[in-house]
Amino acid sequence: MSTHTGGYYLPEPSHWPIVGSLAMLCGALGATLLIHGVTGGGWLLTAGGGALAVMLFGWFGRVIHESQSGYHNRQVDISFRWGMGWFIFSEVMFFAAFFGALFYGRAIAVPDLAGGDEARLLWPGYTGGWPTAGPGLEAAFTPMAPWGIPALNTLLLLSSGVTVTWAHWGLKRGRRGQLNLGLALTVALGLAFLGFQSYEYLHAYRDLGLTLGAGIYGATFFMLTGFHGLHVTIGSLMLMVILGRGLAGHFRPERHFAFEAVSWYWHFVDVVWLLLFFFVYWL
Amino acid sequence: MDAHATPAASVRHGPPTGPMRWLTTTNHKDIGTLYLWFAATMFLIGGLMAMLIRAELFQPGLQIVQPELFNQLTTLHGLIMIFGVIMPAFTGFANWQVPLMIGAPDMAFPRMNNWSFWLLPVAGGLLVGSMLLPGGGVAGGWTMYPPLFLQGGISYDLTIFAIHIMGASSIMGAINIATTILNMRAPGMTLMRMPLFVWTWLITAYLLIAVMPVLAGAVTMLLTDRNFGTHFFSAAGGGDPVMFQHIFWFFGHPEVYILILPAFGIISTVIPTFSRKPLFGYASMVYATASIAILSFMVWAHHMFTVGMPAAAQLFFMYATLLIAVPTGVKVFNWVATMWQGSISFETAMLFAIAFVCLFTIGGFSGLVLAMAPVDIQLHDTYYVVAHFHYVLVTGALFSIFAGIYYWLPKWTGHRVDETWGRWHFWLSAISVNLLFFPMHFLGLAGMPRRIPDYALQFADFNRIASIGGFVFGASQILLLIVILKCIRGGEKAPARAWEGAEGLEWTVASPAPYHTFVQPPEVK
Repeated sequence: MSTHTGGYYLPEPSHWPIVGSLAMLCGALGATLLIHGVTGGGWLLTAGGGALAVMLFGWFGRVIHESQSGYHNRQVDISFRWGMGWFIFSEVMFFAAFFGALFYGRAIAVPDLAGGDEARLLWPGYTGGWPTAGPGLEAAFTPMAPWGIPALNTLLLLSSGVTVTWAHWGLKRGRRGQLNLGLALTVALGLAFLGFQSYEYLHAYRDLGLTLGAGIYGATFFMLTGFHGLHVTIGSLMLMVILGRGLAGHFRPERHFAFEAVSWYWHFVDVVWLLLFFFVYWL
Repeated sequence: MDAHATPAASVRHGPPTGPMRWLTTTNHKDIGTLYLWFAATMFLIGGLMAMLIRAELFQPGLQIVQPELFNQLTTLHGLIMIFGVIMPAFTGFANWQVPLMIGAPDMAFPRMNNWSFWLLPVAGGLLVGSMLLPGGGVAGGWTMYPPLFLQGGISYDLTIFAIHIMGASSIMGAINIATTILNMRAPGMTLMRMPLFVWTWLITAYLLIAVMPVLAGAVTMLLTDRNFGTHFFSAAGGGDPVMFQHIFWFFGHPEVYILILPAFGIISTVIPTFSRKPLFGYASMVYATASIAILSFMVWAHHMFTVGMPAAAQLFFMYATLLIAVPTGVKVFNWVATMWQGSISFETAMLFAIAFVCLFTIGGFSGLVLAMAPVDIQLHDTYYVVAHFHYVLVTGALFSIFAGIYYWLPKWTGHRVDETWGRWHFWLSAISVNLLFFPMHFLGLAGMPRRIPDYALQFADFNRIASIGGFVFGASQILLLIVILKCIRGGEKAPARAWEGAEGLEWTVASPAPYHTFVQPPEVK
């Protein structure tokens, strides 16, 4: 029950979950109203997002405090490992839905539209191919070339995987300087990735005519890279928290699951990017 | 941090009193109770919608609701019963029983457990409340198929966000349950010694974590197609409305097993108790459950045989679906074999369990009929499909929930169930539910389409019978509420082992179960 008996740590009642639920209520209502142009929607969404941020800060702060106070025994540590593992699995399946859309669109929907009865009766003259904005749109666009910014971003993310591992080596050998430098470099690489990605989006909208509305190619392109970018953003925030904790000396060579959880997440984001680079940009 | 921050404080003090107890609780029993009452509330709302539907279908013509409202009722009835009743009820059982059954002090993540629950009233409130918005609630069917779903008003977007929130709740709940089962078992409780209910929930949790994100992705694409100019489901942009059906049913078919595997677990607990015999073929039950879970990822397109797909694909999905009958047959065989030569007594829980075995099997058989592509092409979107999935979900999943309630109420409340009222509830439910759903087979075979408020005259008689059955079934559930309230308020004291033949760790603690159990893990031999 408690650390005094050496048992599993069970937290006392907490107000954070209900704060989180109210934040989600405000967020969902606000987003819906905002989409439909109802006054106050934006404010409600902002309030929900703010409350969620406060909740996450307070809740994680509480868990860190408990960890530092020594409440977490070995079994709690294993629970965190299972929990993070299952969470990353759920993220894999989330991306699988969008990769599924990409493969289906490319391998089934577009060839169907360009061949057989549909083509003859509904879309005469549509030849399909990839990339495409489909048979019925006027949208002319240029696809994103893989060997410019995307290749550079691949290099950045792969390097960040190396630096976070280097930081881990430092942590395991008790070299705090190496840990903090490695984490700082990882954060910097993540932020650089996001900078280039933002520029790429600007470039796509301004110069290439590649928008969310550019048919199945534009939709899958922005959905996949957009959700990946969101995950890089979240991962960078997590790395910053871990860097702060590293600077505060929270981690010990034998016990530092928070660091490992974030590095698992970071490697997951990295692998998703490799798939994106291969299937979205290159192939 | 305040003085209450030390864990020792939470042991000394009881729970907070008043509403704050329920808002802030980290106790698995409190949260289990919340889940079950939430499910009961949504069952009332979804049930009233069903009553309205049956009232409109009592005779041909439009009498009570207009078609637009009728479509909202069928859509929300489906969403509410699946996401608001069956899933939360099973999660409530998991919260109450899994820690008790494996000898754990609580769930692995007690605070996240609270959040998993309190997201549900938010999502459920948004879903039901969306009916009040301009244009009314969602009316495109619970499956949300485009292009129809792309054409609705503001409530459609609110529904998408409600589904996101429900999905987040389910994923967190499932991670919690899976982690609890994998990491919190008492010493000696090896995987193959776990009660079967725990096994079925472990596999259900895996399915939830695997497919709820896919649903989130599918509705996100609906959201962007509706509002942000994407063309995932529009042929003009190179997309395909059929693609939504593929992604949706990739979620949807495992979801069907999410709705039934915990039911198998409950039935596998109740039948041995009242047969006074151990479960027949425990290991084969575990393997059958796992096989069903694996197969559930390979059969999704049997929901869409009519959309036009290559014959090879139809054959693959048909054979894969028929294959599921094998592990399911193993289960039914084992339940019957458990009863064989047992010393059976017919308490209400057992009555519901036996009804489950008979009636779920009928639902399984009509599933086999529908699995055959050439037959399905005739029966697709008819009342035969409605009959099939209501046998599986009402006389299957819901009856198992009833069985579980009657079985574990003594452990939860400390009082024995009033068996007389329980039997009335059982017999009225069991007879009326067949009156309600069995004629739907004939309606479907005769060609009556689902999701319509009016129908041709030749369908009138069977619809009238079904409606009468529906009203009786709905009214019978008031008896359940009375039984539960009576049991909470008083009655004969239940001993720790409330049923003579009950096995398992939950029967070694007092009835009602103390607020904290297994603070020191028990030794399982």
